Parts: sequence; C-alpha cells; structure tokens
Amino acid sequence: MYSYSGKCLVVDLTTQSTRLEELPESLLSSYVGGVGLGTRLLLEKSTPGAEPLSPDNPVVFVSSGLAGTMVPTASKHAVVTKSPLTGLVGDSLSSSHWSLALKRAGYDALIITGMASSWVSLFIDDDIVHFRKADHLLGKGSSQTEEAIRRETGDNRVRVASIGPGGERLVRYACISNDSNRQAGRTGTGAVMGSKRLKAIAIRGTKPISVWDLDGLQKVCADLYAKAQTSATEKYRMLGTPANVLVLNRLSALPTRNFQQASFEGAEGISGEHLAECYLAKVTACASCPIACEHLYRVQDGPYAGLEMMLDYETLFALGPLCGISSVPAILKAAELCDFYGIDTISTGGCIAWAMECFEKGLLTTNDTRGLRLSFGNHDALVEMVERIGKRDGVGDLLAEGTRRASAQLKGGSEHWAIHSKGLELPGYDPRSMKTQALGFAVGLRGGCHNRSPSYEVDMSPGVDRLKAEPGRGLLNKEKEDFAAVLDSLILCKFIRRCFEDFFLEASRLYTLATGINMSPADLRQVGERVNNLKKAFNIREGWTHADDWLPPRMFKDPIPSGEAKGAVLSEAELRMMIDDYYKARGWTAEGLIPPGKLKELKMDDVIELLNG
Amino acid sequence: MDSDMERRYIHCDADKCTGCRICELVCSASKEGRFHQELSRIRVAQPTPTIVTSIACRFCENAPCIAGCPKDALSMSGETNTLKLDKARCTGCGWCIEACDFGAIMLDRSTKSVVMCDLCLSLPEPRCVEICPKKALSLSTSEAVAQKARDRVATTSKKCIV
Repeated sequence: MYSYSGKCLVVDLTTQSTRLEELPESLLSSYVGGVGLGTRLLLEKSTPGAEPLSPDNPVVFVSSGLAGTMVPTASKHAVVTKSPLTGLVGDSLSSSHWSLALKRAGYDALIITGMASSWVSLFIDDDIVHFRKADHLLGKGSSQTEEAIRRETGDNRVRVASIGPGGERLVRYACISNDSNRQAGRTGTGAVMGSKRLKAIAIRGTKPISVWDLDGLQKVCADLYAKAQTSATEKYRMLGTPANVLVLNRLSALPTRNFQQASFEGAEGISGEHLAECYLAKVTACASCPIACEHLYRVQDGPYAGLEMMLDYETLFALGPLCGISSVPAILKAAELCDFYGIDTISTGGCIAWAMECFEKGLLTTNDTRGLRLSFGNHDALVEMVERIGKRDGVGDLLAEGTRRASAQLKGGSEHWAIHSKGLELPGYDPRSMKTQALGFAVGLRGGCHNRSPSYEVDMSPGVDRLKAEPGRGLLNKEKEDFAAVLDSLILCKFIRRCFEDFFLEASRLYTLATGINMSPADLRQVGERVNNLKKAFNIREGWTHADDWLPPRMFKDPIPSGEAKGAVLSEAELRMMIDDYYKARGWTAEGLIPPGKLKELKMDDVIELLNG
Repeated sequence: MDSDMERRYIHCDADKCTGCRICELVCSASKEGRFHQELSRIRVAQPTPTIVTSIACRFCENAPCIAGCPKDALSMSGETNTLKLDKARCTGCGWCIEACDFGAIMLDRSTKSVVMCDLCLSLPEPRCVEICPKKALSLSTSEAVAQKARDRVATTSKKCIV
C-alpha cells in the first residue's frame, strides 16, 4: 500500500493504553479518508445512543491518502464524533502542520476512547505514545498550550492540537485548534475532548510518505499549482473569503442582527476590500497549499492596537453584522478571544446575536447580564460576552449551551429567533433569499452548514431564481452535498475546486497516483453518495427523526424587510416540497429513511452488518 | 581552482513566502524519491504567523561548516561554488550542523551523513525555484539581492520625498 499506512492508533484514556489496528485496503478505498473514513470508524467504535459528553463517545481524527504528499491543499484532517450540540454526527475539518504530523507519524486514523481520571495530554512521538499530566496547561489558549508543549519537548517540529478553556468547561460548540490558528471549528468536537479530560494531542511525525507514481503525481500537481494562481482562485488569493461581505450584502443574503435583516448598513466598513486596504499585515497559507487565502490583519491604534488576527468571512459575519457590529478592531478582538477560549466563531456569534435580541425584547435584562447593555451594535458587550461564554460566567453559561438549548430554557418565544438547524447555528447565508441553501440547511446531516451542503452555489448560478423554490432543487442539493463529501474525504480544500476541469476524472487520477489503488471517476463519485448515506445511517441510529429536517420559525414568519430581496420569505409548503424532492433524489423514503436496498446498492455491506449487529 | 562562477544560492523573498512548504515537499521528492520534509534541503521558518521565509545553504565565502568539520569531509567546489561532501569521510557527527548559522544542514540518520542544498545542478533550475507557487524563490547572488534592496530603498525614499 502506498501513501496510506493502513494503521489506526487507538488510545484508551480510561486505562491509559494504546493499540494499533489494521485498516484494510477495502475499507480505505470505500471511505477514502477524512469525513468518510472518520464516520465509518465512529459508527463501528461508538455505543448506539451514547451521550456525546460521556466516555462511550469516541473522537476520531482521520488523515487521508493524499495528505503528506504535494497534492495541493491536501494537508488536512477530519475530527469526527457524536456532536454535543446536535446529538448527531459531528464532523469537522482542519488543516496544516498538525495534519501532516499525524500522517507522518504513520497513522491514517487516531481514535480516542474513554475518559482520563485527571487532565492529560498525549505526546505521540512517531511510534511511541506518552501520556502526560496536563494540569499545568489548564486555562491556557491553544497558542499558549502549543508554546508550552514545544518548550517542554524542546522541538519546534512538535505540532499540537488542543482545546482552550472553553473546551475544558464543555462549551457545547468548543473547537479543537491546531498550529495556533487553525480549527476543527464546528459541532463541538472540543467539548468531547474536554469531557475526556484530554487537553492536547502533540505529535512529532518524522516519517517519509511514499507514493505509487511520484513522477506522475508531480506533473499533475505542478499543473494544479499553476492553475491555483489564475482566476480560478482569485477571490481567495486577493481578498480572501471576506470578499463575500459586499456580494452577499447586495443580494440581501448577509444575515444581520440575528437574521432580522439581510443587509447591513455598515457592510462597506467591514468589507474584504476595506480590510485589505486598512488592516492587512500578511497573507499566508496552510501546509501544501499553493493558493494562500489566510489574510492576517493588524490593528494599528485604539484599545486593541497591535492585535494580529486572521479573519474568514464566516467569523466576520457572525461577530460583525449578525451582532450589528461595524467596528473591525472589536470583531478582530472577539475573534481572538474565540480562538483563545477555543470556541466556534459561528456558533458564538449566533448565540450572542440571539441573546442581544432577547435583551432588546426584554427577555434578558441588565439583572441577568450584571449591568451589561447587550444591544445590537454594542461592541464592548460583544467582546465581554465572548469572555463570559468561554468562562461559562453568568448568562454566558446559558449561551454556552447553544441557541437550541438556551431558547428552550429561556422560553418567552425566544425559540422564534434561535437560528439553528438541528442545534447547529446557521452560517452567513440568509435562507430566505437563497432557497436551495434553505433546503441544504434544513436537511444538513451535521445541522445547518454551507460547507457540507454548499447549495448557495446553486442559488448564485446563472439561470437559477434564488428566490424561488422549485422541483429539481432536491437533486441539485444532493449533488452539491455528494461533491462536498468527496472533497471532505479525500481531503481537499474546497478552494481548489475550480482548478479542476473534470474534477472526478482528475481527482480519481490523483488518488491512484498517490495510493496505487484503482479508483475510477465513477467510483469516486459514488464515494460522495456513500459517505452521505453513512452519515445519515449514523444519524438515524442516534435518533434522527423527520421533524429534525427543518428551519427556525423566523424563516417562515418574518420576511426580509429591505434590500434587493425585500419581502422574501420561505413558506412551509415550499420547504416541504423541496425536502420531499430531495429525499426522492437520494432514493430515501418519504420519511427520509434509507431503504435497505440503498446501502446494498452503494456497496455498504459492512455498514449493514454493523447496524444489524 | 579559481572560482569562475559567481556564488549563487536560493534566495527567498519573505514578502512573497506564504509558508506553504511546497518547497520542502518537492525538494525531498526530488532528492529522496518520496515526501520527506526531514530531509528537504530547503526549510521553512515561521516563528510567528506573520514572519515566514525559507532557508537553504548560502555557500558562505568562509564557510564555518567546512572549518568545523573534524574529518575534512566538506569542501567548496570552485567550479560551481557549491558545497561538496566526501561521504566516505562524513561520520554524521553534526559539527557542521552546529556551525551553520542558517540551519541549512540536515542529518540523514539512514545514511549517517549530512545533506544540504546542491542547487539541483543537474536540472535546468532548482526544483524548489521551479515549483514555488508564489515565485518567492530565486537562484540569486549576493549582488542581485543587494541590488533589489537598493531599488526598494530608492523607491521608498522617493515616495517619502513626494
């Protein structure tokens, strides 16, 4: 076998023991890596119905057949576990040097089970695994944790994935950070790590990666590197994802003040264009990425002078317009605090925006906030609330539960503006003015997500009326989801996608050149469908019901009040129609269940066995 | 031997470098036949998120690695102005690694000898220079690098005057 090691390291924190398991080629080629292989291993290793924050819920880190090679943007890893936020599959991706370290240490996957009796960190030194006391690391952010571990090991090659104080306190949307500023951000994987009392996983990986056809791979990759400097990636290279701000604002799709509006009067001042002109300090890249989309901004003056922070569109929207904030330094400060506490910026922004609306409607008062005026646009309140969530302090403790649980507890009609799908706070695309994306958010297998169900691309394509729901969107959403699942399993960054002319042909070739495993374009296409059926099967096992595929009441009751899509709203009938259409396109039953024949058709006999056994 | 060829080395423009380490991957692929960053002859340093560059052997005029080698295994080829290693003499003791201010020498534990940049002299241009997606790397000379710096100062000071 090439590139893959065929090895999975299983670490049991309860007994502080480790073992190696073989990953046969048939399993690797069926689920490829990343999210696919991760979900497959989770299904096998977890107890049905396990509480997400219990020792029975494993957390799986997965590499891929392309990681560690020169394949552009392939230095990524997936974290897969049962989400404490949704109670369903929680899969999150991160990238860069820790991903390389995992692969170079010789593992295709790392599974953490059980729960330590006191705080520990792991140091995986190629073949040797050390369990180390971690009490002295508690309270540290990811960068500080990484620094401390590097100092202790005396080697800069040691790469660290860790949780921050938010993960230690089980904030339900805590993330796992690596290499200072990369995160497996969504679905609360960091809380699962925290529940196991595992502060950090340090890895020193020094092994070489051999591929099946080195010359062939180098030729294909050199072409992709060249294409990655063309218009195919221009948006990511020039302004980075903050370029979205003005585009979505114009389309009335920029969620503002907790989705009360869909355009923001302060959009110009926080736009990618403005950031580039006034704040840009440096553009950097993840490991093995020829694009380089990471825009690092520096605050020059004011109370946050000297602050350096990376900002993506999603963080920018969630801590900016969603909370009515137009101060760039405050957004950067809030983002820095999210990184310090190790909490997902989208969910953090979503929770604070929900609380701001509760405050403005009188459901939360200054008594609840200890005097803090939690109004939209109050940027000092935004920064303070991030701190309180990270510390689970006062009202921050309620918000640390996510909008679904917080609104169920606070009541008073606040469910109406708890903007989530299956408990996962929605990202920065308004579903009322992007109706295919509305479907994607509603049926999303990890909850409302633009990465797993990137159907905004359908809405933004020529010839599609994004304000209209019509038959056929179900199939389009399915195709977008399957394509995303292939990228997330290979693993390739989505930003490289336009560099391929015939994606399935070229990507299957890359896979074969690296691994030596035969993979036809049709095989690879089927991997996407297989992975999404696998995730669905996991969700069904964990109690998913038809009613979970839905959107919050605001989307049906409150039309967009202004802008290009003024008056746009979603009707229950049109969402129901699109969902039926989607289930049909997937070959699922009218209730959204998988008929037994479907798993057979997708050659998932191993999964049928696991589900029956 | 007289030195005909001007001393050249791989220069990295730190403003353009993004820290992607593709240079490390292709260097190791070219020299080792597999992806093995530990043995890449060019290495990226990124002490902070905004400070990043890559570094390879600079073929110093008074090379401390040559002076430091207790086995006289290292020498400078006058013909190409690159370091030559007599593998039979090298014991992998690592004195040259300690002597090098740039961290440009690596120990290959499998062969128990050291490796460093050789400018890919057998190829039309060094592999890292050819592949760097941001064109941050160039085969340069001290004079060319200095000239660039002078040009930059001139441009900046002109801006200041205006």
